[in-house]
Amino acid sequence: MMSEEKDIEVRKEEATAPEGVETIRTSRTYVPRTDIYEDDKKILVVADMPGVSDKDVDIMLEKKTLTIKGSAQSQVVEGASLIYSEYGVGDFERSFVVSTEIDREKIEAHMKDGVLTVSLPKAAVALARKITVNKG
Amino acid sequence: MLRRIYHPSTWQELERMQREMNRLFNESLPGRGDFSPSYPAINLWSNEEQAVLTAELAGISPDDIDIRVVGDTITISGERKADEKLENMEIRRQERGFAKFTRTLQLPFHVEADSVSANFENGVLKVTLPRAEAEKPRKITVRKS
Repeated sequence: MMSEEKDIEVRKEEATAPEGVETIRTSRTYVPRTDIYEDDKKILVVADMPGVSDKDVDIMLEKKTLTIKGSAQSQVVEGASLIYSEYGVGDFERSFVVSTEIDREKIEAHMKDGVLTVSLPKAAVALARKITVNKG
Repeated sequence: MLRRIYHPSTWQELERMQREMNRLFNESLPGRGDFSPSYPAINLWSNEEQAVLTAELAGISPDDIDIRVVGDTITISGERKADEKLENMEIRRQERGFAKFTRTLQLPFHVEADSVSANFENGVLKVTLPRAEAEKPRKITVRKS
């Protein structure tokens, strides 16, 4: 299929626990597909987390590591059996290293139609300043 | 003598093999569900009364989803649009795709098209498809002669 736009990936990538680490929960964890945008004022992290409501998102910035987690609501249909399945349902988790200084007090996040947007405003020290060179 | 007119490159061949392997593995692991031929991936639930289709359509406005049911087929089409507000920002990473999509699926039975209902919550679409009255299984009583 020819298209100028990037096609939508179908496969959900499953998160793998580091070697030697066993997970406690039996449910699966997926890596959310994520876009990252940046301008001179902020960094935006946009992640697809279908089935996750705004109450079930957990965002943490520890030192330079940003971790986003979301628990997906069950999609099980009571009284019916799954007769055909192309995707699995589970939680989402992913971490990013943020190299820019972030103004921690002003981090904002919102969830809409299963898409999480985290806004990380750059700290004043990290903002680029225009320096005028004086004539000698 | 012409043996082969078209020689696929090694990479193409490897890619094809990988796809084939994925298909084989996923077919042998029912319910694992992480392979789909096209977007969106679909799960289908069913009992004697109805079928329920679910699909993950994160970032799509419900107004951009179109559902059509004819007989025993359902077609879901729509478009995932890019956020215009982000156009002026520099892209550091891009994994989410934006495109138009259409998918048609055959259901296990004919459905009552007038009573189909759909709901969209947190990016998950759920379509309830009641089985056509004429196709519902009937209990047949065996009478003593």
